[in-house]
Amino acid sequence: MDFALDEEQQILQRTLRSFAEKRVAAEAALRDRQGLFPTALLQECAALGLTGMLIPEQYGGSAMGAVAYSLALTEIGRACAGTAVTLSVSNMVAEAILRWGSESQRQEYLPGLCDGALVPGAFALTEPECGSDPAGLRTRATRVPEGYRLSGEKVFCTSASHAGVFLLVARTGAAGGKGLSAFLIPRGQPGLTVTRVEEKLGQHASDTATVCLDDCLVDAGALLGPEGAGLAIALGALDGGRIGIGSLALGIGQAALLAAGRYALQRVQFGKPIAEHGAIQAKLADCATELEAAQLLVWRAAWLKERGGARPTGEAAMAKLFATEAASHACDEALQIHGGYGYSKDFPVERYYRDVRVTRLYEGTSEIQRLVIARKLLERVGEGQGVP
Amino acid sequence: MDFSLTETQQLIRETARDFARQEVAPGAAERDETHRFPAEIVRQLAALGFMGVAIPEELGGSGLDPLCYVLAMEEISRACAGTGVIMSVNNSLVCDPLHAFGTPEQHERWLRPLARGELLGCFGLSEPGTGSDAVNLKTTAKQVDGGYLLDGTKNFITNAPEADLALIFAVTDREKRHKGVSCFLLPMKTPGVSLGSHDKKVGIRCSHSSPIILEEVLLPAEAMLGRPGDGFRIAMATLDGGRIGIAAQALGIAGAALAAAASYAQERTAFGKPIAELQAIQFMLADMATELDAARLLTYRAAWLKGAGKRYGKEAAMAKLFASEAASRIASKAIQIHGGYGYVSDYPAERFWRDARITEIYEGTSEIQRLVIAANFLKELE
Repeated sequence: MDFALDEEQQILQRTLRSFAEKRVAAEAALRDRQGLFPTALLQECAALGLTGMLIPEQYGGSAMGAVAYSLALTEIGRACAGTAVTLSVSNMVAEAILRWGSESQRQEYLPGLCDGALVPGAFALTEPECGSDPAGLRTRATRVPEGYRLSGEKVFCTSASHAGVFLLVARTGAAGGKGLSAFLIPRGQPGLTVTRVEEKLGQHASDTATVCLDDCLVDAGALLGPEGAGLAIALGALDGGRIGIGSLALGIGQAALLAAGRYALQRVQFGKPIAEHGAIQAKLADCATELEAAQLLVWRAAWLKERGGARPTGEAAMAKLFATEAASHACDEALQIHGGYGYSKDFPVERYYRDVRVTRLYEGTSEIQRLVIARKLLERVGEGQGVP
Repeated sequence: MDFSLTETQQLIRETARDFARQEVAPGAAERDETHRFPAEIVRQLAALGFMGVAIPEELGGSGLDPLCYVLAMEEISRACAGTGVIMSVNNSLVCDPLHAFGTPEQHERWLRPLARGELLGCFGLSEPGTGSDAVNLKTTAKQVDGGYLLDGTKNFITNAPEADLALIFAVTDREKRHKGVSCFLLPMKTPGVSLGSHDKKVGIRCSHSSPIILEEVLLPAEAMLGRPGDGFRIAMATLDGGRIGIAAQALGIAGAALAAAASYAQERTAFGKPIAELQAIQFMLADMATELDAARLLTYRAAWLKGAGKRYGKEAAMAKLFASEAASRIASKAIQIHGGYGYVSDYPAERFWRDARITEIYEGTSEIQRLVIAANFLKELE
């Protein structure tokens, strides 16, 4: 075992921390307050290779690997969770195109997703009646001579209003998971409109919107992977996506803990800095411990993914579940440590507190992660392998 | 970064697992009930090299890294946590400080037989009135002709009833506070040494603990470990390492509890299907498995840091804090999943729950771990 980052990873972490502190954190509060999408910032990220981290260089990617990807999202997440989730989803879409796309689809989309021209990519799975249970999706893609005609509605679609390309899952066949297929639809496709931008609790810099498909005609070349592979493509993408969300949640938690620690050192009550009170120390210690455990779970899942072999579905679910809940706890305690100031917009912790909340919801709720983890555990036990 | 075990580490884990299943697990429930010390198993652990895992071979140990020690501790404790702590005390609290602070003569006389498991050691720091606040010891060691005269009482000393040697921490200079504490190597057969009655414990019952009463115990000057005034430093450094061992013990208990709960959930039927198919049960199992893996990674990381010669005090405290509390939560949920059967000793869940509880207390309570972690965290911020 070796828990250390290698030299390249350390350099990346340092570089991105400095970039995030200088460029991403600077206007994070402003973006939050005004709901500004980080259009220019995403181009800076693209220039640094952050939009094609899992894509080989031949398609314009930076091919840094899953561990580096996790580190990057944590660093950006520390500064601005809305920017981080936009990157996370865009990278996830790029990776799915790499994995399932034909050579011409790769050539069509990957260079633009990597160099920024098509950034951000958007992932359109969730529907008004269909979140945790994607096998029941209703959006239809009907085969026609020209290709497919899509009708339906996708909600809570991250980056929809600004997306260069959508990875969208629709029903081509019978009911159930096997009747679903994935499509790549470029921005501006006639029949695809963004109808409603959500007003969210947090992550205001990220755009979340409803996508309406009204007889949207795409040619057969828009199909990603074989017909019927839509659910497998979506769930496979989410395995990686969960590592991304775990990583960015970790970043939010770290930012909150750091703010709380600094505040506790300078805030004086009862004649000494509150950092010297046992009650505050216990909170800091618990959050620091949970965040380090979260980091190890996230890194392990990323490392397993990078190494190849069996997909680390259970480990990715553990990483996402634990990291998002640990980060939520850290944000809550950080706000508590700030007292009344924590509730005020003069300090950043209230933003962390709002931003972190959604990490337990998107790309699989905590409840779905638990079902995945339990299923993996019980499969092992059922096969007589015992509990690891 | 590499989350895989080396071949040696895998081999140690498999060896420990096989031994634990075949030799340690079968009598664990009976030993818990009768409080019988597993003398024969301790001899077998010695033969496997598990009583001095991380001590160099030339000093009688197995010469393995701290992660191997953790893996062995985890497997033995999974079968019987009481046996685990007997092993842990000898390894972490006795062999390690003897190795780190002992003279060549002390290595020959004590470390070699202890690491081989020919002798058993114990660690005498706590006192009736002093646990977490280890600076305020009452036991004194007065310099006299021919050495030191020790007086006082040590409390809750695991292995004391079977031990051949005790590390005793005593005040040699009260005015110097923590710099006035010294550490002594006390042969348990020394005149003036007696034992109080065995503690009646909630769990880890096959391991015995008792007070050690010291009445005008004369020790020669060469019985001191380190120099005068080094005692507190030795104790704290030792406990940093010991915490990794206790974290590993907690991992073992937690693993046993999760395994028991998962197989019970697949066998037990309610509402027409195995309870493993009910989400309420799945949620508990998922949380147990996730916390166990989190605890494991924290513990393995602390051991890896120690083996790599890096600072590991904060990480060991995190591992111990999280692993011990996770073990208690996991064992509690294991009882819950077993329902009424979890509350009776026909099933092992209640033993795991009782055994887990102590890991939150000894070798630094959870509260002390939090202080250690917070102090380190705040120092890093400055």
